[in-house]
Amino acid sequence: MNEAGRGSDGADAVAREAASAPLLAVENLTKHFSVKGSLLSRSNAVVQAVDDVSFLVRRGETLGIVGESGCGKSTTARLLMHLIARDSGRIRFAGRPVGAAHGLSRRDLHRQMQMVFQDSYASLNPRLPVAMSIAFGPFVHGLAKSAALQRARQLLEAVGLDPLLFANRYPHELSGGQRQRINIARALALEPRIVILDEAVSALDKSVEAQVLNLLADLKTHFDLTYIFISHDLNVVRYISDRVMVMYLGKVVEIGPVHQIYLHPQHPYTQALLTAMPSMDPGRRTLRAPLSGDPPNPISPPSGCRFRTRCPFAEKVCEAVPPQLLALQNSVAVACHMRFPGSGHSRADKTVPH
Amino acid sequence: MQQEQVVSVDDLKVRFVGREGTVAAVNGVSFGVGAGKVLAILGESGSGKSVTLRALLRLLPARARIEGRIRLAGHDMAALDEAGLRQVRGGKVAMIFQEPMIALDPVFTIGVQIAETIVRHEGVSYQVATRRALELLEMVQIPSAARRLKSYPHELSGGMRQRAMIALALSCRPALLLADEPTTALDVTVQIQIILLLRQLQRDLDMAVIFVTHDVGVAVEVADEIAVMYAGRFVELGPTETVIGSPAHPYTAALLTSTVLGSAFGKRLEAIPGMPPDLRALPQGCSFEPRCRFGDERCRGAVPPAFAHAPAHMTRCLRVAAGEIALPRPNLGERSVGPSSQNSGGGQR
Repeated sequence: MNEAGRGSDGADAVAREAASAPLLAVENLTKHFSVKGSLLSRSNAVVQAVDDVSFLVRRGETLGIVGESGCGKSTTARLLMHLIARDSGRIRFAGRPVGAAHGLSRRDLHRQMQMVFQDSYASLNPRLPVAMSIAFGPFVHGLAKSAALQRARQLLEAVGLDPLLFANRYPHELSGGQRQRINIARALALEPRIVILDEAVSALDKSVEAQVLNLLADLKTHFDLTYIFISHDLNVVRYISDRVMVMYLGKVVEIGPVHQIYLHPQHPYTQALLTAMPSMDPGRRTLRAPLSGDPPNPISPPSGCRFRTRCPFAEKVCEAVPPQLLALQNSVAVACHMRFPGSGHSRADKTVPH
Repeated sequence: MQQEQVVSVDDLKVRFVGREGTVAAVNGVSFGVGAGKVLAILGESGSGKSVTLRALLRLLPARARIEGRIRLAGHDMAALDEAGLRQVRGGKVAMIFQEPMIALDPVFTIGVQIAETIVRHEGVSYQVATRRALELLEMVQIPSAARRLKSYPHELSGGMRQRAMIALALSCRPALLLADEPTTALDVTVQIQIILLLRQLQRDLDMAVIFVTHDVGVAVEVADEIAVMYAGRFVELGPTETVIGSPAHPYTAALLTSTVLGSAFGKRLEAIPGMPPDLRALPQGCSFEPRCRFGDERCRGAVPPAFAHAPAHMTRCLRVAAGEIALPRPNLGERSVGPSSQNSGGGQR
């Protein structure tokens, strides 16, 4: 473990490593959507939304997932939650397979894993007072109605909303930040161990976003939570995450500890993504865009490495062979031919390590 | 200021009169922008930044009441009739939006839409106008421009559509470009391309630009001057370096410290407590006072006037103007530097 800037946590990190059996293990997760053509056209087009994605989530950590639109980050979240069925791949929660025979049922999974969405209004029932929305989950899972409402009041308190003032309000009577607090409270109502936050703060104004991020940090400690935090905002992901996974067109291109990813990005896409962030320093404005053009259409992704069409270092091998996600030192794994000796890329080390 | 300003706005007020009360969206905004200069209006949702922009071109619904003097490219906007307005809109003054899919007409090709605008404003033939349309698409760096001229908006990617909209806006060589969050809906790698394109075109065509955004980073990338807007007022206005480097209003300072920046890792964010005020019932005094940790009795009395904090640097904070408080300077953080970062340092221009 060699995480820049967190040297004092060294012993802590070792202890954490030892205690960190993965809470969630995802292997070869794949989801392809077929695109319906018109009546006359051939309809064999397939969006490879998530393609052979594997990762681990350790107990108590925050895993950030970043990438541009169409990279598959939200589809990944929905697959984890079983909101859509996966085509193939395995998901294990605390060692138990999900959705397989003798495994965890969907209902059991939803007790352990909950999700908060971007649109705070659309994800609440407009005709239900917010306390009822929060109490609904526990009620369905067998808690008595009065006990469920009691829990809802406690959770309102926990997310910083006075139950006396807010319990009986309807979603339209609340601001965006308050509604997102309700959604967080509802996600916590079943006492889950993992909360997936899919662009949960993206629609909020900056001053409110800071309040909600502080709240998420408090709740994480208080309820001993594990977060999967999906966002397109690279600054926010850097702030909240322990590890970061970078996706491009349905593939994981790089995953590792947050400081490694942000200070020493290995994949050319990660580098481009970070360089494309607007500068905060008027004296050091961006002078060149790191990439040209838009991300390609995920319906027909490029052969080999999917990033090769925008990559400044692409070579023959990138066209022919899809790079595997392989581990480097420092707990980083990257899918790029340049980083692996003997891959055939001119920038890679020619000699195969023994 | 010797040079004639392309934009000069004096005490602009916009109210929306409705059954549920009157919403005071813009409450006395004054500024000027010279040729070749970029002003960014930075604010959160509901601060009145987009309404200000639309009020300049009188693009607001009929229930909006606009007061104040607006001069754009030599025209007194209040004195113009409908025909006069149509001549200014899209001619001397153009506007680009967040959503090109809504701004562009889905049933006409890009080429036809651009050519139509040129014919309408300059009275040239379609043939000449189409040739100009091609040049415009090349100017905004759309690859294989001749082919794209015949494309419909839905056939283009998000970034290409945004470029097409910019080409349309620039078709009559406007003196002033109004940009309403034109990069907000774009992915980060595309956003920076559009920012760089706008910066280059603005310089090449010597345009004045007013750029509305909620993103501090985007404002820093494009603007010569930044106006920070809160509850319908400019609370601070000054050169980009000073507003960002040493803010002179507690709201600006708080916005910068609550924005998550690279260096904030692990620390608690200094969030601004509470929410922006209800625009139907604004506080009597400074509208930021209820959330401000420096607020006192005097701030509640009356709306603070605009103070000259430094040359060309305005603040509407009594206490900063009186030198009573020191605001925290934002820690802007380091930029990630990858092994092959293509970003070089050094000032602009």
